[in-house]
Amino acid sequence: MKAAVIQFPGSNCDRDAVHAFDDVLGHPARLVWHKETSLGDAELVVLPGGFSFGDYLRCGAIARFSPIMAAVSEFARRGGVVIGICNGFQILCEAGLLPGALIRNECLEFRCRTVVLRVEDAGPCFNRGDLGDTLRIPVAHGEGNYRIDGDGLAALRRNGQILFRYASGGSAGDPARENPNGSIDDIAGIRNEQGNIFGMMPHPERAVESFHPSRDGIPVLKAVLRTAQDAARVKV
Amino acid sequence: MTVSHKLPPNPDPVLNVEITPALVEKHGILPEEYEKIVAGLGREPTLTELGIFSVMWSEHCSYKNSRPLLKGFPTEKARDDQPYGKVLVKAGEENAGVIDIGEGWGICFKIESHNHPSAVEPFEGAATGVGGIIRDIFTMGARPVLLTNSLRFGDLRSATVRRLFRGVVGGIAHYGNCMGIPTVGGDVYFDPCYEGNPLVNALCLGVLRHDQIKRGAASGVGNPVFYVGASTGRDGLGGASFASRELTEESQADRPAVQKGDPFMEKLLMEACLEMMDVPGLVVGIQDMGAAGLTCSSCETAARGNAGIEIELDRVPQRETGMNSYEIMLSESQERMLVIVQKGREREIEAIFEKWDLHAEQVGEVTEGDRMVVKQHGVTVADIPAKLLTDEGPVYERESREPGYLSETRNWDPEHLGQPGEAALREALPRLLAVPSVASKRWIYQQYDHMVMANTVVEPGSDAAVVRLPLGRSEKYVAIANDCNGRYCYLNPYRGGLIAMVECLRNLACSGAVPLAMTDNLNFGNPYKPEVFYTMKESVRGLAEACRAFDVPVVGGNVSLYNENQKGAVDPTPVVSVAGLIEDPNHITRGFCRAAGERLILLGGLPDELGGSTYLELCHGLKTGDAPRVDLEAEKRLHEFVRGRIRDGRVAAAHDLAEGGLLVALAEMLFGEVTLGAEITLREVPDGARLDALLYGESQGRVILAVDADVEREVVDAAHAAGVPAATVGTVRDKPELSVTCAGRAGPWTWSVVELRSAWERAIPEAMRLPGLPE
Repeated sequence: MKAAVIQFPGSNCDRDAVHAFDDVLGHPARLVWHKETSLGDAELVVLPGGFSFGDYLRCGAIARFSPIMAAVSEFARRGGVVIGICNGFQILCEAGLLPGALIRNECLEFRCRTVVLRVEDAGPCFNRGDLGDTLRIPVAHGEGNYRIDGDGLAALRRNGQILFRYASGGSAGDPARENPNGSIDDIAGIRNEQGNIFGMMPHPERAVESFHPSRDGIPVLKAVLRTAQDAARVKV
Repeated sequence: MTVSHKLPPNPDPVLNVEITPALVEKHGILPEEYEKIVAGLGREPTLTELGIFSVMWSEHCSYKNSRPLLKGFPTEKARDDQPYGKVLVKAGEENAGVIDIGEGWGICFKIESHNHPSAVEPFEGAATGVGGIIRDIFTMGARPVLLTNSLRFGDLRSATVRRLFRGVVGGIAHYGNCMGIPTVGGDVYFDPCYEGNPLVNALCLGVLRHDQIKRGAASGVGNPVFYVGASTGRDGLGGASFASRELTEESQADRPAVQKGDPFMEKLLMEACLEMMDVPGLVVGIQDMGAAGLTCSSCETAARGNAGIEIELDRVPQRETGMNSYEIMLSESQERMLVIVQKGREREIEAIFEKWDLHAEQVGEVTEGDRMVVKQHGVTVADIPAKLLTDEGPVYERESREPGYLSETRNWDPEHLGQPGEAALREALPRLLAVPSVASKRWIYQQYDHMVMANTVVEPGSDAAVVRLPLGRSEKYVAIANDCNGRYCYLNPYRGGLIAMVECLRNLACSGAVPLAMTDNLNFGNPYKPEVFYTMKESVRGLAEACRAFDVPVVGGNVSLYNENQKGAVDPTPVVSVAGLIEDPNHITRGFCRAAGERLILLGGLPDELGGSTYLELCHGLKTGDAPRVDLEAEKRLHEFVRGRIRDGRVAAAHDLAEGGLLVALAEMLFGEVTLGAEITLREVPDGARLDALLYGESQGRVILAVDADVEREVVDAAHAAGVPAATVGTVRDKPELSVTCAGRAGPWTWSVVELRSAWERAIPEAMRLPGLPE
């Protein structure tokens, strides 16, 4: 699978994503500058973490106007697989490609630590059978507090669109609480209804090597790759 | 040298004033310094020129009061038979030093203070401190790969201190996180002496190939000088001189002297500069505009290049209208660089900066001669020999006098305290673990992205942070630790300097690293006070002696003076940071026990000193005694031994004894991913030994190793053979309980490790939730 990692000027996990796909998993990945208008022969699009345009206004609010985003939307509309990690998730929400919004962490501070995620049954590739019950993956964000209205949340649950939840346990204010940002229903990652656009706050690319806090990012990235392979097969 | 003649009137009439002694004084320039200026120029300076001298001859830029002391530091490695470690760019030559790490690669690192700005405006002050040090590193051609910081604050029970602490940590997080450079470690102490004058020292380390090293020199007459990055505004006017004065009640009014940071702008600037420097032969010289902004970057590049430089201010991108030459030259607006480009290749640099949507304006050129000439609206507003500003500034050997209190504290006798009861000794441990300087620093580092770049191997909280360096097809690991206990330096500045250095080196040894080089940040009070200068001189002597003993060169650093509040100077705080190298990932070692059954071996002998300890301050309210002794030869044997056993694969965990002493160190080793317990028996405690000094004293040269039971005997024997005192003191247990017995003397004492850990983890978060309005 050929992956295109979109590089916004303030992206800072772009190289980490390329490293994870390319060097660790063996799938060629290349950076695509945000001013480009074409994704070339990409079979998978990654919107990496970072601070796309400084994010002083609202995370991802400016990035969605980058020239490349038209191509990303078109790619997704045709069934192409897109994953947004952290800032990438924020951009996908701002662009309307995923429902809901990500606001300031409940604690009003940036949080960087490894959290335990509960895997939810969200369709082929993303389920407990493939990924196991729980995953340990780092988070690092100031605005990862996922919000959505009641109907939207009901729809996410009904359609099995919730990929991961922060494992339960701990009350608000407890430093050991797994939910680092106060997001609704402990949501850590979601997909769109069609199942080709994914967004998650945790960083799977930071959990792929032996010295990382875990290697639980590998099954997550492989699930994305498998989904992209399936999508490519359907197109053929 | 051209003959100086009077300059024409400045286009801004406001600047055409007579230079009176009062005006000179207001610029922090002494009468004899002013005479030097007039002699050097051959005429009276203009107001713009006076402003230029005031920042360039400030302590912050000129090191006029510290330069003679800094000469005592070794700047090169004495041994040259090593496969790596040679100093490629020495201290003082450029923005930061560079050290060879082998295979054609090098690291570049430096620490710098932003104390005064952080005292006045903690968030922006700390943020721009991080921004400034990052620029120093990528200016050298290196890609920054990690950040650390050394912070000092007053007592957290003060609401004002909490405001400063929260602001500083938030500012560092804001800048580093957005830049995408992991903040992997540092050190933090809290002491009332820092009230009102916190210390904020930020370090950045980058990696580069030898052929990527860039110089901050303007050479090649006719080469264009480019200004790149953010526009110039009126912020940070005269920040360098502001930093070279004592803080007073009125300092709050100096807020315009504090800059505002824009990490996104800096991220663009860094990427654009690294891209530009990768184009062969395009960049002739480059320097960041940090302290003293456009002034410092233009005269320093000219002086280094043995050339002249001419700057046209009309071409400088400006954020505000109507800025005059004084304001433009003294502005410390952030995220700007000066680049000297090979003539004829202007279009190439412009294209790169267009890609990143940044300014790249040609503002001048390299000229013949030796002068920095500044023009605005066609009028020459400054014309100064560049080296008069940089190399020929004043240098002082200040008067030094031993502070009176030292004779008293040095002769303090612990016998005054009486012998502590067993119950008091037991109670001390959870209380010590909850002292903010000792307690878990998670409250701080969870706000820093310490994992971005996905190369962080040892996260904050261990003895040293370890980060993987991807070097083309191969990889190595860099370990880094910061240290300085100001209380030791207060009680014995010379030993305090030694200890800062040996403790840092011990931390590296415990993590498996071989030390490469040191960078220091000398934080002291007003050098015109002979007692303050004495502490500085003695601390530097201690640092330098330890550097020579371990053959660790100093590759750069920073001096921050005038750190005083209404009560006087801060404790002498010569912060040091040492970077070390680990070639084999199997040698990377942490400070946490891994499994029940591991044996704990104490290296270095039983502690026996109380002076300067955290225990003494916490339990007796005393900041007294002499700082712990240092035996450099014993330290060297210890470090070599620890590294040797780590390389032999014998060490499960290694942790050094520091603040809080033996029991605090033992407890910390049990606070790993899984909370463990330990059963400790201290044997052969001398009859007359004080138990408080044994359990909580801060004697130097001690390390605890956790090793598998089957190699315990071998490790202890090897220690004895190497001349390192060693004794097995206990065993790690699954049950999270710590029990300690002094055979034949006292104990057992037992503690729940869960409770100890909770006290250690909750101390800072709870202190930050204390009631009270922030002001």
